[in-house]
Amino acid sequence: MGAGHAHRLYRHGHSRVHALPPHTKLAAVFAFVVVVVSTPREAMWAFGLYAVLLACVAHAARVPAGFLLRRLLIEVPFVAFAVLMPFVAEGEQVTFLGLELSVNGLWGAWNVLAKGTLGVAASVLLAATTELRELLLGLQRLKLPPLLVQIASFMIRYGDVITDEMRRMRIARESRGFEARGVRHWGVLSKSAGALFIRSYERGERVHLAMVSRGYAGSMPVIDEVTADRAQWSYALALPCAALVVCLLGWTL
Amino acid sequence: MHVPDGFIDAPVSAATGLVAAGAIAVSLRGARRELDERTAPLAGLVAAFIFAVQMLNFPVAAGTSGHLLGGALAAILVGPCTGVLCVSVVLLMQGILFADGGLTALGVNITDMAITTTVVAYAVFRGLVKILPRTRRSITAASFTAALLSVPAAALVFTLLYALGGTTDVSIGKVATAMIGVHVLIGVGEAAITALTVGAVIAVRPDLVYGARGLEQRLKLRVNGELVDATPELEPVRASHRKVWITGLVASLLLAGFVSFYASSNPDGLEKVAADQGIDRAAKEHASADSPLADYGVRDVEDARLSGGLAGVIGVGVTVVAGTGVFWAVRRRRSTSQAA
Amino acid sequence: MDAVTDSPSLDVSGLAFAYPDGHQALFGVDFTVARGERVALLGPNGAGKTTLVLHLNGILTGGAGTVTVAGLPVGKRHMAEIRRRVGIVFQDPDDQLFMPTVREDVAFGPAAAGMKGAELEQRVRTALELVGMADFADRPPHHLSFGQRRRVAVATVLAMEPEILVLDEPSSNLDPASRRELADILRSLDVTVLMVTHDLPYALELCPRSLILSEGVIAADGATGELLSDDVLMRAHRLELPFGFDPRSVTMGA
Repeated sequence: MGAGHAHRLYRHGHSRVHALPPHTKLAAVFAFVVVVVSTPREAMWAFGLYAVLLACVAHAARVPAGFLLRRLLIEVPFVAFAVLMPFVAEGEQVTFLGLELSVNGLWGAWNVLAKGTLGVAASVLLAATTELRELLLGLQRLKLPPLLVQIASFMIRYGDVITDEMRRMRIARESRGFEARGVRHWGVLSKSAGALFIRSYERGERVHLAMVSRGYAGSMPVIDEVTADRAQWSYALALPCAALVVCLLGWTL
Repeated sequence: MHVPDGFIDAPVSAATGLVAAGAIAVSLRGARRELDERTAPLAGLVAAFIFAVQMLNFPVAAGTSGHLLGGALAAILVGPCTGVLCVSVVLLMQGILFADGGLTALGVNITDMAITTTVVAYAVFRGLVKILPRTRRSITAASFTAALLSVPAAALVFTLLYALGGTTDVSIGKVATAMIGVHVLIGVGEAAITALTVGAVIAVRPDLVYGARGLEQRLKLRVNGELVDATPELEPVRASHRKVWITGLVASLLLAGFVSFYASSNPDGLEKVAADQGIDRAAKEHASADSPLADYGVRDVEDARLSGGLAGVIGVGVTVVAGTGVFWAVRRRRSTSQAA
Repeated sequence: MDAVTDSPSLDVSGLAFAYPDGHQALFGVDFTVARGERVALLGPNGAGKTTLVLHLNGILTGGAGTVTVAGLPVGKRHMAEIRRRVGIVFQDPDDQLFMPTVREDVAFGPAAAGMKGAELEQRVRTALELVGMADFADRPPHHLSFGQRRRVAVATVLAMEPEILVLDEPSSNLDPASRRELADILRSLDVTVLMVTHDLPYALELCPRSLILSEGVIAADGATGELLSDDVLMRAHRLELPFGFDPRSVTMGA
């Protein structure tokens, strides 16, 4: 149970972005996404500029492009959705390469693709430069209710336990020649789910008892104060501020 | 069903954000009643569990797959308020860490997947537990039904939100048929997993199931060699049960009404299409898996212009879930053809 | 708090408990541990030892009977104070050590009680020095050896300056050298100790007095050497000495 303080999305590094206090990064990402989403979809160049901004952040954080792009694959279901949109949306139609496409659907697809991709990229950068534990501290500092932070921190601790147990159970299943292939196998999978739940709970329960025994009452005690000074805040907020300028230009031009 | 940034317009996103914040505030107050010291990590486990099962896509039918929502499981295991918190935390962490679901769409996602599923599932669950005999089997059966209904309910709410603030104008009918159609199927999977998980937990650790708290037998303690009745520390709160029960009944009636309304108002929408073209199309789609897009797109346009009733199948193909499913099916087909 | 200084460190009376699934673990446990005593709680697997331990700091409640720690009844009202006074070292150090570094782990308890800054640092250092682990403060716990981890687990509890130290199977999985080191540490501490174990030689080495918990009640209470020499009693409660070990031949160093 000693693990759980680093995650696969995290890329260890010592850049200035890594060193920023987590709550400034969270605030910056959130503000950035809000700005991006409120940009009019017709201002295509603005989204290009946003992408450049994110590329600058990735550069400053020394996150390689390949890593970032691989992580963007999470978006695939939505890409599929967006690709189909021009075919099913209604309204004015245009013909392109022999295909009848809805203008509105095209705009819609572009809108979802551009904004979604930028949002995903920003989150990926955040996760790549911030440890889980720091993220939780950051959320705590941003005044997320303690109970939510508590649930989140247990969730992360149990996340390791569950993936571990899940892997073992899958290996046990597959080494007996089982592979989930359709409706007929739901039964087996669901039975595993029940067993998985109990096994994980009992492994984590003991840790919790030990914590409670040492006076844990719902929130992690603050051992090292994380504070952000003005310079760190302004460094972190440079991203959303630059984005805001772009957005305002997008509305006025 | 995770909604990305920019999918729902700003006013609706903001409004659902407020709804979500309000619901979370209420839940935070309620959770204090539901959680005690020993069950606090259970909330975390439920969250982690939901996180995990939301990533597991399971096959539904005709090459589509879907993921569990988990709201029913959370509500039954840790109580409705804590359940809302659990799923919300999952969505928040998915947004931050995995960029699954946009941060600005968090309100939409929470309203849809955390609040709707949990509230509907718990209402149905409580209602059934009231009616059915007080046994463990009833708890499992009630879990099944609650989970079964909670998923289409979420799809319904998604459709409503989409109708209010969708940024693209795909017709509401298409979205509704597609979403609800697919999610009735997913609901079956959700129901199975929820019932089995609850069943497994209740068999081994009944103390961990919030929904079964009324089910414990009176404990007897042997003190100094004699059997004495243990004095229960606190009586469960009785006052709110009637209210919960009535809400549950009304909600399930409404839901049942709505679902059957959909089923009967579109008798050919889903069924006919599935019978006439769906299977046929699915087969062709598999056959032309190497270049799925060209074929698939043209045919779809033709179909869409031919008949409005085609909404079902096209919609099914369009949903997020279907997107994943096609991707999955294509990949699997490739790997098997390579193997052969 | 002055009034409590002459009350025993721990007083358990009429404690009975059943789990919600109906399994009964305790059937009326009575015993008292005076200040500064080192007492072993012996019993076979399944005797209810761990259940009893969880009652000492109020993690389990709701049955019959009372537990009093230095005059303070265990209950919802004084829970924070009780948790500070009763330091439990659990059987598996991996359950107990959950922070990224040894220092943060040891600081967890005092920090949860509101301590911070230089005072907190001082408390952590003292606790780590007591178990001889001061040099490992910035290491991650899971990189330490098992014996070291158990010592850190003891330090995490000592950092809270407890009234009574409760150890659940402290010698399990330790090699002979780690076992002796831990014994030396425990002997050097100036606190009341309740050691839950089925390692009988270890109990004899460290604790002048022993209790036998069997089938949910205290079956015997007396000098460790005498109890271990009583073959009939030992056999009746499924307690067995290691092969070739004769308690009568051991000279007690305590």
